[in-house]
Amino acid sequence: MLFTSFSFVLFAALTMLLYFIVPGRMQWKVLLLSSLVFYALSGEGYLIFILYTALVTFLTAHVLQHRADAEDAFVEKNRATMEKAERKAYRAREKKKRFRVLCAGLFLGFGMLAVLKYTAFVIDGVRSVWTAFGGESFSIPSLLLPLGISFYTFQSMGYLIDVYRKKVRAERNFARLLLFVSYFPQLLQGPISRFGDLQEQLITPHRFDGVSLRAGLLRVMWGYFKKMIVADTAMVAIKTLVSESDVYQGVYVVLLILLYSAQIYGDFTGGIDITIGLSEMMGIKLTENFNRPFSSKSTKEYWNRWHITMGSWFTDYIFYPLSVSRPMQKFSMASCSKLGNIVGMRLPVYAATVATWFLTGLWHGAGWNFIVWGLLNCLVILVSRELEPLYRRFNKRFPRLTASAPWGAWQAIRTFLLMGLIRSLDCYRDVSLTFRLWGSMLTTWNWSELFSDGLTSFGLSQSDWAVILIGVAVIFFVSSAGKDTPVRHRVAKRPILWCALVCIMTAVVLIFGAYGIGYDASQFIYTQF
Amino acid sequence: MKKRIFACIAIVLLTGVFLGFAQALLMPKYMSASREGALIGEYYNESGSHDVLFVGDCEVYESFTPPTLWEKYGITSYIRGSAQQLIWHSYYLLEEMLKRETPKVVVYNVLAMKYGKPQSEAYNRMTLDGMQWSVSKTRAIYASMTEDEDFISYVLPLLRFHSRWSEISGEDFQYLFSRDTVSHNGYLMQTGIKEKTSDRVGTELGDYTLSSVCFDYLDKMRTLCEEKGVELVLIKAPTNSWGYYWYDEWDAQIIDYAAKNELDYYNFIPLAEEIGIDWSTDTYDAGVHLNVYGAEKLTDYFGTILAETYGLEDRRGDEALSDVWEGKLKTYYKERNGEK
Amino acid sequence: MEKLLEILNHLHPDVDFAEVEDLYDEGVLDSLDMVRLVTEIGQAFDISIPAEELIPENFQNVDTIWALIERLDEE
Repeated sequence: MLFTSFSFVLFAALTMLLYFIVPGRMQWKVLLLSSLVFYALSGEGYLIFILYTALVTFLTAHVLQHRADAEDAFVEKNRATMEKAERKAYRAREKKKRFRVLCAGLFLGFGMLAVLKYTAFVIDGVRSVWTAFGGESFSIPSLLLPLGISFYTFQSMGYLIDVYRKKVRAERNFARLLLFVSYFPQLLQGPISRFGDLQEQLITPHRFDGVSLRAGLLRVMWGYFKKMIVADTAMVAIKTLVSESDVYQGVYVVLLILLYSAQIYGDFTGGIDITIGLSEMMGIKLTENFNRPFSSKSTKEYWNRWHITMGSWFTDYIFYPLSVSRPMQKFSMASCSKLGNIVGMRLPVYAATVATWFLTGLWHGAGWNFIVWGLLNCLVILVSRELEPLYRRFNKRFPRLTASAPWGAWQAIRTFLLMGLIRSLDCYRDVSLTFRLWGSMLTTWNWSELFSDGLTSFGLSQSDWAVILIGVAVIFFVSSAGKDTPVRHRVAKRPILWCALVCIMTAVVLIFGAYGIGYDASQFIYTQF
Repeated sequence: MKKRIFACIAIVLLTGVFLGFAQALLMPKYMSASREGALIGEYYNESGSHDVLFVGDCEVYESFTPPTLWEKYGITSYIRGSAQQLIWHSYYLLEEMLKRETPKVVVYNVLAMKYGKPQSEAYNRMTLDGMQWSVSKTRAIYASMTEDEDFISYVLPLLRFHSRWSEISGEDFQYLFSRDTVSHNGYLMQTGIKEKTSDRVGTELGDYTLSSVCFDYLDKMRTLCEEKGVELVLIKAPTNSWGYYWYDEWDAQIIDYAAKNELDYYNFIPLAEEIGIDWSTDTYDAGVHLNVYGAEKLTDYFGTILAETYGLEDRRGDEALSDVWEGKLKTYYKERNGEK
Repeated sequence: MEKLLEILNHLHPDVDFAEVEDLYDEGVLDSLDMVRLVTEIGQAFDISIPAEELIPENFQNVDTIWALIERLDEE
């Protein structure tokens, strides 16, 4: 069930109605029921997979919690008789045991994701090696990929690690944990929430509150605006530009980069707006996933503003543990003494960074294009880090220039274009093809086609262009105006203005949005029948 | 507080009115192009009862001319045809009409029996959007929807036609509140002539069995007519071209059904010569559909059957009725003579 | 404390760490700095800082980092 389907609108409205009708202590049950229904309606057989992940998570967390409690009780009981060193050793031993339990849970949880998402990719790799050595080609079985499995697996495994780290106590009620894993607004596009931030909010009763309801609904509408006015309108063009990439080279690659940036921004941030808005209507505050990402002045900053919950997940659960792990520390010491401090200190951290970005790429999809995408991001971040002393000197030399607004704008545009360029790997899906097309931007000079009818040759009419451009402009202004306090919070306090805005946005989305079958007069032309 | 609520309600209502207006504006008017899209709705402008009702696809609304039937036989009739009208469309249209009037004869053209599944979203719209809301319409929609259609887009056609905003033309404003009548009691006139040159027959099919779904609807149609005491007559128009070929195997199944259920079935294909159809002058699209000259011949032929076999009286003596039909004949001949 | 300041200054020579209130919020330390800091502290004070302690609250300023070191040494 897509956010932009009529059935989802109906579904969300019914859930909302039910949520505020039932008594407070029943509210979480409404959410659980809705989530399960949502998932069941989205695809046959999907429920089993999410139940599996929830069950694995529940049981592992339960064992972890049990062991941790026993450990604490033991230490408490024997506090008087135990030496400090003894106590430390005991705790370390226990931690090791818990670590094994955690590993088992992670294996079972990530294992399912790995099997479903990456089997075909791995077999494909094996096949190319096999055929390269003269083996006969074979076909690859296709497995079904349950909706949102990457998101809910990551959320569940993050929870397991938190329990292991004693940051949160394990949930004792399976149904409640199932709600944490399956909470329906965030199943499709995230955000990846932390147990500590979300769980209590899901369970505690929420009274009907006019202001949050209004602010939430406005945000939902805003999400639909971004998705349907910008993202879905641009989609047709992106499909054409990608599928006919042998024709659309040079300047069209630039157009693709721009259109895809607008599309993914509208689709992803719009989807998150709908998710967060729906939650806000029910009084549930989710973690923000975006913070005006296209205003970033560097790649590093961009990744602190784009898909924030995924970035922080990888930092907390992959990058940190990896880089402070015992082997890594040993590697660090060894490299320092052999290679000197400058290289030696960097090597382990950089190795961990590369590994993290490799996995980030892989998380986005099973394909080399995603891996190369991750590694290119990593490369940009590491290179600009090494160049930092240079930037500092430049800043000192030209303080007035580098503090000026145009300089900031230039940095933002540069970052936007660089990220867009790397992101186009997403579209073309093929690494060498993408590189060739990047090259064509320098070799194929067809900019003049833009002034003939090039702009309308790939599926966007003039009116579509107008919708996209006006939509982007509106998004830009609203987002700039909301730098400090989001616009919707100001609006939500003024009911009449709010009502007018919701009505206008509804009308605009209904008329100008890209949805439904689409009117093509030729379908209606009398075809001899 | 009260003032605020009042203001909000006013805003919502205003938006509703605006969207309603936008919907009226954005729906295709079918006045100059795809005129057959306007056929279904025109029925509601017609008052009074008819002796004969036709339902079916283009083979009814292009093949019979009610004005001729009146002029020659004094029989009143109406054609509720639409482009690619499938049998469930026909059934529900009939159900709707039989609630408003009770004719003596209902005529169904069997070509659409070849389709057991919903075919085209666009043709669905042309048949269904014109219907007024009723249980019949609701059922018809559910029976007709293709996979990517939503019921709600029939309730609010704006959801279907919103993207026409960029192609709105003068026609959309001109016919915003009222439309012209394009048909003559459901007959859409074609005056062009294009000779039929090819006698190609249909390509061979793997399976000639007509879908059981269609026979179920035919059963329903028959029962409905029985209940109302109306004679159901099955026909097949005389046109038979390669693209829309009527196979003998199909014909046999209809003959069989008609015999079993004691219905009359007239296949006009073999009777074309007897009717007097001249394939070089009587179709407007090289043999696929009859033009007005062919339709008049067929109507004349069928009129005899209606009068003789089903005992339909000549009502030309009825003065009030005559006045109405004189008017209809006038507009009919005006268009026929190219004065419109 | 001296040793800690030395490590920090070595990491970012242009920052006066004794003055900064919130290293994380002000964007002085990023995740790569954190790791290097943790590695150097671990070596200098002979403790191991587990991954779960790498949270902003522990690395807000010199004082919180010092508190972390003392706590880990105590446990």
